[in-house]
Amino acid sequence: MDSVEIQVDGRTVRARADGTVAAALLNAGVWSFRRSVSGEARGPVCGMGICHECRVTIDGVAHRRACLEPVREGMSVTTDG
Amino acid sequence: MADLRSDADVVVVGAGPAGIAAAVTAAEAHARVLLVDEGLRAGGQIWRHTDPAKLPRTAKSWLNRLARSAVRVEVGTSVVDMVSGFMLTTESADGPGVIAARRVILATGARERFLPFPGWTLPGVVGAGGAQALLKSGTDLRGQRAIIAGTGPLLVAVAGALGRAGVRVVRVAEQARAREVYRFGASLWRTPGRLVQAAYERFGAGAARYDLGTWVESAAGTDRVREVTLTDGRRSRTEACELLCVGFGLVPATELARLLGCAVQESRVQVDAYQRTSVPDVFCAGEPTGVAGVDASIVEGRIAALVATDRAAQAEPLLAERDAHRRFAERMDTTFALRQELRGLPRADTIVCRCEDVRYEQLTSFWNAREAKLRTRAGMGPCQGRVCGAALGFLMGYEADTVRPPIAPARVRTLLETSHSAESIRGDQ
Repeated sequence: MDSVEIQVDGRTVRARADGTVAAALLNAGVWSFRRSVSGEARGPVCGMGICHECRVTIDGVAHRRACLEPVREGMSVTTDG
Repeated sequence: MADLRSDADVVVVGAGPAGIAAAVTAAEAHARVLLVDEGLRAGGQIWRHTDPAKLPRTAKSWLNRLARSAVRVEVGTSVVDMVSGFMLTTESADGPGVIAARRVILATGARERFLPFPGWTLPGVVGAGGAQALLKSGTDLRGQRAIIAGTGPLLVAVAGALGRAGVRVVRVAEQARAREVYRFGASLWRTPGRLVQAAYERFGAGAARYDLGTWVESAAGTDRVREVTLTDGRRSRTEACELLCVGFGLVPATELARLLGCAVQESRVQVDAYQRTSVPDVFCAGEPTGVAGVDASIVEGRIAALVATDRAAQAEPLLAERDAHRRFAERMDTTFALRQELRGLPRADTIVCRCEDVRYEQLTSFWNAREAKLRTRAGMGPCQGRVCGAALGFLMGYEADTVRPPIAPARVRTLLETSHSAESIRGDQ
């Protein structure tokens, strides 16, 4: 299966090329994607773009829904989990 | 300014089974058809895939027909607003857009109903359908221990999918009473080929227990779920797991219909026998009219498209099939009705609105959704009440608040540029 390399919080992670950013993070063992307004750890819930719990920063753009975003070679993902 | 406008005779919003069937059927009449969807590719949630070869036959067949049709498909595109007369504003990675269409078919699908309980905000607590969506988008969950809880045949289907993907499904907890579920199961022979698929699906490796009349009480862990407590109302038991998949049925997605002014009652878009909404030239097919599953969605999409392309006579033979699916859906609703005990799950400090971290104790049933929003910010975050709205409807009896654009979070640029573009389109007319 084709794979790509992405950066997750500065760490190099290999991810399957046909997957989403959410899948890449979970497969790399990252389950906490962000902190809620009161500081709780949060990760993906609906998997389909509705709940907005999987928001991460992608290539400097904040609030991207990781479950809707396909991975791309060289992409840089920042969580605040 | 770049031309943001695209024209269509029929625009179909939502590329799940209903939307695909509608778009393909409309294109057969040589209408210019535009099909838009938020997802990465056509298929919606139920036909979501990375490898089309693994899809069921019906899905493959419709996706092939779509590929061979003249339908223009725009994926990764959210409809965020309506400017006037069916000019829909959209946003995608390519930027904003405006769709001007003569007729609109809404096939916006449904989403899972989540109910708050202590610990439901922990990472690793995901939707039942959510777990399936994550699997289908490339997540490897092999070796994880999962508990599946909530209600409806989706739980069994998800148990099967997770089991086949190497997840150790420990237990499936169905809140409906055993008596109701057995009665429903016994009646399935009347509608073969539908839920049978889900109800009789194998659980896969390490067959799990299917506990009826059992529901989730709480989840615990630090920054990740570690254990889950289930109860049948008399006894509780705690099990270790890495994944809790919860789903309390599906809720029709009616935001766009409401924005267009379509009548909605009891969370369902009201349609006549020909899938026409209360607004002329706006049709609705599939789950937004009431959750009835994939077969109902396909036939409703076909009916809507035939009528929208002035071929209502050809829709006549399909009406009886649609009605049979609808009757089946009503039986499902009765069987898997939510039990009252679920209203008692949140504790005072349990978060009910996940976007704004509004806690149960901050709310009172004397308000409505609007008041709750203004006083506590419940429903004001990025999901715009899509998660807490249905939960608060069940817990507090709040009616849904009116929808306000944009119905999906949008960039300011989208709103500005599309309003200019819409004005110039209006000027042309």
